[in-house]
Amino acid sequence: MTDDHSEVRRRVEGCVANGQWALASLELAALWRQKPTPANASYVVAHFERMRDRLPLISCRLALLRSFTVEPMVPLLRAAAFVSGLALDVQVGDFNAYAQEMLLPDSRLYQFDPHVVILAVQTRDIVPELWEQYADLSPAQVGEAIERTAGEFRGWVRAVRSRSQAHLVVHTLDEPLVPARGVLDYQSDGGQIAAIRHLNQQLQHVAGEHAGVYLLDYASLVARYGRVRWYDESKWLAARLPLAAGALIELANEWVRLLHPLLGRVCKVLVTDLDQTLWGGVIGEDGLEGIEVGAEAPGAAYRSLQRALLDLHHRGVLLAVCSKNNPDEAMEVLERHPDMLLRPDHFAALQINWRDKAENLRAIAAELNIGTDAVAFLDDSPVERARVRAELPEVTVIELPDDPLGYAAAVRESPVFERLALAEEDRQRARYYADQRQRAELAGQVASVEDFYRSLNLAVEVAPVTAQTLPRVAQLTQKTNQFNLTTRRYSEQQIAEMMAQSDWRLFSLRVTDRFGDSGLVGAACLRVAPDGWEIDTFLLSCRVIGRTVETAFLAGLAAQARAAGAARLCGWFLPSKKNAPARSFYGQHAFQLVRETADGAFWALDLSRALPACPQWIRMTVVG
Amino acid sequence: MNAAILDRVRQITADVFGVDIREVTVESSPETIASWDSQAHLNYVLALEAEFGIQLSAVAAADILDVGLAVAAVEERVAKQAP
Repeated sequence: MTDDHSEVRRRVEGCVANGQWALASLELAALWRQKPTPANASYVVAHFERMRDRLPLISCRLALLRSFTVEPMVPLLRAAAFVSGLALDVQVGDFNAYAQEMLLPDSRLYQFDPHVVILAVQTRDIVPELWEQYADLSPAQVGEAIERTAGEFRGWVRAVRSRSQAHLVVHTLDEPLVPARGVLDYQSDGGQIAAIRHLNQQLQHVAGEHAGVYLLDYASLVARYGRVRWYDESKWLAARLPLAAGALIELANEWVRLLHPLLGRVCKVLVTDLDQTLWGGVIGEDGLEGIEVGAEAPGAAYRSLQRALLDLHHRGVLLAVCSKNNPDEAMEVLERHPDMLLRPDHFAALQINWRDKAENLRAIAAELNIGTDAVAFLDDSPVERARVRAELPEVTVIELPDDPLGYAAAVRESPVFERLALAEEDRQRARYYADQRQRAELAGQVASVEDFYRSLNLAVEVAPVTAQTLPRVAQLTQKTNQFNLTTRRYSEQQIAEMMAQSDWRLFSLRVTDRFGDSGLVGAACLRVAPDGWEIDTFLLSCRVIGRTVETAFLAGLAAQARAAGAARLCGWFLPSKKNAPARSFYGQHAFQLVRETADGAFWALDLSRALPACPQWIRMTVVG
Repeated sequence: MNAAILDRVRQITADVFGVDIREVTVESSPETIASWDSQAHLNYVLALEAEFGIQLSAVAAADILDVGLAVAAVEERVAKQAP
């Protein structure tokens, strides 16, 4: 082992001994980045396990169902996960018993009660007709094999979905190194590769039939690494491990990549530096003509990076700027340089000044109402990156290579920007924040707050949750922290279940104002009981806090409850670290405090008396 | 026996089997290390392959009966791959 590693290990052990948990985990992360090998995996996992209760890790029970040996990957997976802030407890299913595990209601799988299930099955294991035996088959037999296999997957997915609320990730089927018919295979659309791809399309349909079922494009993963290097026939025959030693970490990393959006380990904003990051050169020294960004080298590298950021922007990730510059000079590039892909409107926040970057990151996070643990930082300077890592360990600092040609890939490959569902609102999110800046300016111009509310031309729609709005509602329960009375997190599957039950009423809130449609920004789940309706969940996106729309929402719900014959409306306020903004909500709307416990406060409103009124500056529509 | 390779193999042995490196000698084997079972053996082979950038055949992997033989297997493959 090199001296570097002994040194890093000594530092790790020193930090752990001194109770410097955050520092220890940064050192372990650096160690892992340098050398993500099986030997280091054991070391990294052992030390994170010691510190597990002292670090803000997201816990997850992960079940691996498989048709091949995966045990050697588990330490790599757990190490990569720990370094990313995820504490995994992994159950590996009985060898090749994936079907039984999914179909038998009392299997080890269901007893484990996993958060995530990964189904890793190879083509050669589940449909050998399309692998080794392909050349023997008639077209009809190929078709039958595809139908039968798709049907099997459909049955398994249904079984899992009916018995568990876990996220289910299904590997797509892999393609042979060389097709049975050689180069002839691809000349028509009836070949072996085509058959496997057709089967994978069927898997896409199966996944689309259920909430919470996702595909891992295994064939693409293998192709990215290189089919020739991926497989190890010798290990396959000796231990039913199809992957070569070097490929194990690639698969482990891909699993961790998918776990990021599934477990909410994502960044909502990417804060980027300007000089030598978004463009080559330093605007303060080189002037507008001297900086480099464009279609030709060396500016092409920076344009590629801007393209990557633009793609993130379309995915719903916010962009922000943090640059040590004179604002005028930096803005001149953003506004006027002809080859820039990114313009001021693409950024939800801009901190261009000479202050410390960590301070600026905190300011940006506060301005956008986002936790610093949802911030990613992009800067060409290793010094700035190290500073932010040390000062704000919860910020995801994107590691950049020396060569700018590698910048775009570093951003594209960062797992914190992965999303597995894209609600329409996410795509338009950045525009809302730009609109928000306009609203803030407007607020400065009006006389009273009521005048301000009136000037917004607010309109809200309260409607029952539908299949179309279900994903957004589930997303809101998972992401909303501040105006959230009980902070109950629900998956799409759980919302669907509630919708199907006769004693639940689920509502969504849509808000528009003079600047546009904010979209679906509120949700409420109420349970119908003999003595009245109880509010299980009532939340509002931070985007619309401070505009009295919560009063309108409550008014709409109360009217519905009374019309249905409910005697009272009641609910808990369960305090969390972040929901102080909602603490006085019930009190402010004439609810009576019924009782207080260590967990929170229970409030009730007698519906035979006056109902909460919708503010006069809000037009409310209640959809039947 | 190459001292540098022995050193690295001892560290890998300690990491993979979860034992103190000071207890790892060329004689260390499944008889002296309790956690060195057949599944751990596969992990051990993979760890050696990853560390040295080599591929060990099934036969070579099965022949690794103690740390000394592990070093020999690594040296043999590393020599074959030298330019």
